[in-house]
Amino acid sequence: MMKLNEISEALKCETFCGAEYLDREIKFGCASDLMSDVLAFSRAGAVLLTGLVNIQTINTAFLAEIEALVFVRGKIPDERMIEMAIIKKLPLIGTPYSMYEACGILFNQGLGSTMECISEKVING
Amino acid sequence: MDKTFTRTFTVVGNNFTDAGKVSTEIKMILKQLGINSTIIRRVAIASYESEMNVVMYANKADISLIVSPTEIQIVVEDTGPGIPDIELAMKEGFSTATTEMREMGFGAGMGLPNIKRNADIFNIESIMGKGTKLNITVSLN
Repeated sequence: MMKLNEISEALKCETFCGAEYLDREIKFGCASDLMSDVLAFSRAGAVLLTGLVNIQTINTAFLAEIEALVFVRGKIPDERMIEMAIIKKLPLIGTPYSMYEACGILFNQGLGSTMECISEKVING
Repeated sequence: MDKTFTRTFTVVGNNFTDAGKVSTEIKMILKQLGINSTIIRRVAIASYESEMNVVMYANKADISLIVSPTEIQIVVEDTGPGIPDIELAMKEGFSTATTEMREMGFGAGMGLPNIKRNADIFNIESIMGKGTKLNITVSLN
């Protein structure tokens, strides 16, 4: 569990919208560019790290109860995405780190995976 | 809620700009009806995958939301090419998606299995050259 502002600080993020929601509690981390994977395997209360910057990222986050979006590798959402995110009360932040680095940083700080239940099942049988 | 609530929306194929709007509205309605958030999430995901399928593959579809005191139903009836092999389409990873679809984060052959995963009852019928009908039921009990 991490606060969104701790995540933002750890990943040296800039905030595109939703600064008022930075005190949200984030239960899990999730990273994918494939929105169907997010819909299939994420749990409510996660932060989504993604390199996919389009309106379907916003829709996916809203519908799958994702608490915040982190765009990796300096990617910037456009005006329409920001407008949609504001309506949906979804904070959008962006990190200069790559997906791999950003995941590593959050994992090291103790943020568990939203897909943990699945990987545990695969490893332990 | 004592009586049945019904609402039908229209989704137009290939309109990637508006894709997701209907599912967003469905989620808002279910919230207003006071449905449990875990149930809402399952319905929203199934509805969104269905909506994306219509946008990606069909000409047009009616998506109906039917909420009764015991269950929520999403019925998706499209006019489109139909699915030649439903068993194959239900397999995770099987896809006929284009690059544009994949660029939106979809088209990886997860849609129909995702819908089934979130439904308590899932029915699919398809007639080649006419269209496909999905019936998704999520129980409220």
